[in-house]
Amino acid sequence: MTAKQPILSVQNLHAKVEDKEILKGVNLEIFPGEVHAIMGRNGSGKSTLSYTLMGHPRYVVTEGKILFKGIDITEMTPDERARTGLALAFQYPVAIPGVSVSNFVRASVNAVRGKDVPIKEFRAELKEQMKKLGVANEFLGRYINDGFSGGEKKRLEILQLALLKPALAVLDETDSGLDIDALKTVSEGINNLSNPETAILLITHYQRILNYVEPQFVHVFQDGRIVKSGGGDLSKELEARGYDWVSQELTPSGVS
Amino acid sequence: MSAELIQDQSIGNIGNDYSQYGFQDKEDYVFKSGRGLTREIVEKISAMKNEPEWMLKYRLRALDIFLKKPMPKWGNCGLLDSIDFENIFYFVRSSEKTEKSWDDVPEGIKQTFDRLGIPEAERKFLAGVTAQYESEVVYHSIREDLEAQGVIFLDMDSGLREHEEIIRKHFGTVIPAADNKFSALNSAVWSGGSFVWVPEGVRVEIPLQAYFRINAENMGQFERTLIIAEPGSFVHYIEGCTAPTYSTDSLHSAVVELIAKPGAHIRYTTIQNWSKNVYNLVTKRAVAHTDAKVEWVDGNIGSKLTMKYPAIHLVGERAHGEVLSIAFAGEDQHQDAGAKMVHAAPNTTSLVVSKSISKNGGRTSYRGLVKVYPEAKGAKSNIKCDALLLDEKSRSDTYPTMEIDEKDVTIEHEATVSKVGEEQLFYLMSRGLTQDEATAMIINGFFEPFTKELPLEYAVELNRLIQLEMSGSVG
Repeated sequence: MTAKQPILSVQNLHAKVEDKEILKGVNLEIFPGEVHAIMGRNGSGKSTLSYTLMGHPRYVVTEGKILFKGIDITEMTPDERARTGLALAFQYPVAIPGVSVSNFVRASVNAVRGKDVPIKEFRAELKEQMKKLGVANEFLGRYINDGFSGGEKKRLEILQLALLKPALAVLDETDSGLDIDALKTVSEGINNLSNPETAILLITHYQRILNYVEPQFVHVFQDGRIVKSGGGDLSKELEARGYDWVSQELTPSGVS
Repeated sequence: MSAELIQDQSIGNIGNDYSQYGFQDKEDYVFKSGRGLTREIVEKISAMKNEPEWMLKYRLRALDIFLKKPMPKWGNCGLLDSIDFENIFYFVRSSEKTEKSWDDVPEGIKQTFDRLGIPEAERKFLAGVTAQYESEVVYHSIREDLEAQGVIFLDMDSGLREHEEIIRKHFGTVIPAADNKFSALNSAVWSGGSFVWVPEGVRVEIPLQAYFRINAENMGQFERTLIIAEPGSFVHYIEGCTAPTYSTDSLHSAVVELIAKPGAHIRYTTIQNWSKNVYNLVTKRAVAHTDAKVEWVDGNIGSKLTMKYPAIHLVGERAHGEVLSIAFAGEDQHQDAGAKMVHAAPNTTSLVVSKSISKNGGRTSYRGLVKVYPEAKGAKSNIKCDALLLDEKSRSDTYPTMEIDEKDVTIEHEATVSKVGEEQLFYLMSRGLTQDEATAMIINGFFEPFTKELPLEYAVELNRLIQLEMSGSVG
């Protein structure tokens, strides 16, 4: 193994929301070219991890740190993190009435790339990605997530990641609410994000999406931390044996 | 004072005068001694303009009314009472205007021109350094087109000289001098403003823009505008500009009268961005006859205090009125704006969409009236007010008044107050936008129903202006 630097290094991360501690010592390293999946029950703190990584102001880090490309981003604002190359695809993207998808996406791409991409160039890139994701042209004139179906919201999230080309894409429950066709298209979109320089962190409740996006590393999340890590096969074992199996395995001495 | 009381007072004082439709408002005069404004000044204004005798009489009668009428006892009384009428210069003839130098224009205003990308010539005009926007070539070709259609588009002073009979017939019929204290003041000392007359059946396809006029006195303090659309005609008039309008004068009190004759359609668009020392107290009212349509598109960004309630009196069957407005109030600003819809004929319809944003302790108020007279059967009115607060210090109030004297009507009123959502900000910021950029984007989205009604260049400028207001460097 080469002495590659990890893209993401989460070290003993503790975070609270409104005085309730939710993350209780998360440790995680992700290297370029890797696809990781974090699996866990609802309420285990998975989404908190994704929000804390992206810097949501309501999620306060109380201990530990987040290194991204070797830089400590723990105190950075969300936009600074985005410009450093981190991106999050939301589980529930919010609607912003009156702001068109095309305006927003262009502003976002310019902000993250740190320069104004010529409109022609941007259009061409946008059209290509939209085609890949099966997104219709009329999408661009609509207001962000306003009146969007679940599938449309997720496609818009993936479309944005494809344009932003983040070094690390965190995808929070991207598979939820998708029918099988949409799941296939969106998974393909996720696979297209992956290359030897970038990494992907999938956060999911179900194993279903992992049939289409295959992780090399699977982590089981429970009570605010990673309690078990393994290879791609771990997800299948979880699917077969359930999360209880992990819980039991972790409490051999009867301590719960 | 209870909210009810405030509203009650607002009904009587918003400035309804239905006399021309056979309705009379009670008026209580309280005598006040004269202040800075004298009979001699009014006579001098009229003489300098070589006005006909009837106009001088009109002015003098208005002066009496102004002096007798008490200040409104509603709205932002504290600010209103701080107006020092003694200290106001009531008339400056344009040829005698003291030439200001570019160096006198405050640095903040210059910087804003820079950031908005306003052309050099236009900047000087906007800053009041030159009295005229130097676009005579453009203006000429537009004027020739208008003349070919028989459209009259002049400043009000020239209008009075060249078309006295039309003006005499209509002037002050929509907003009588006695309507309210500030309409009386305007009627006494008015100067400048626009006179537009559109012949029957003529559609004016390009918007008439106040700043294209050669003798651009429209930026004056007491401008007076009268637009008459003859049956079946259409005209869109635009006044103002998104660039801050610098004024050393602290009081701006305009009167705008619109008359839409049967089947005519008038749209009147205003973007007001007065500098933040200005009291902007404007009376705007339209009369819409049978099957006519009037739209006020009204944007209020600047000023210290704006009190403006564009009104539409729907006096003919099936007449339709719309007020689409936005207001932005930053630190030390109070935008008290609204709309008045008076349904005085059957099957008349009205729509009000009012959007306001308050920031840094700024205050916005929606003050509105819907009045339906007996026999105005089948009248429909829909009012929607949305207020957005950007912080805890800021304030927004709604004072709706309904006077419905007919049973067969449909009235809907909906009001919301919201805050810029944390989740919306986080979403936009997570895609690389700074907090200011994200907030500006949310606000632009909030104003979008208004912006999309503007000509493109105004919409672009307005969006840029909001970005500037949000960046903290302005306001």
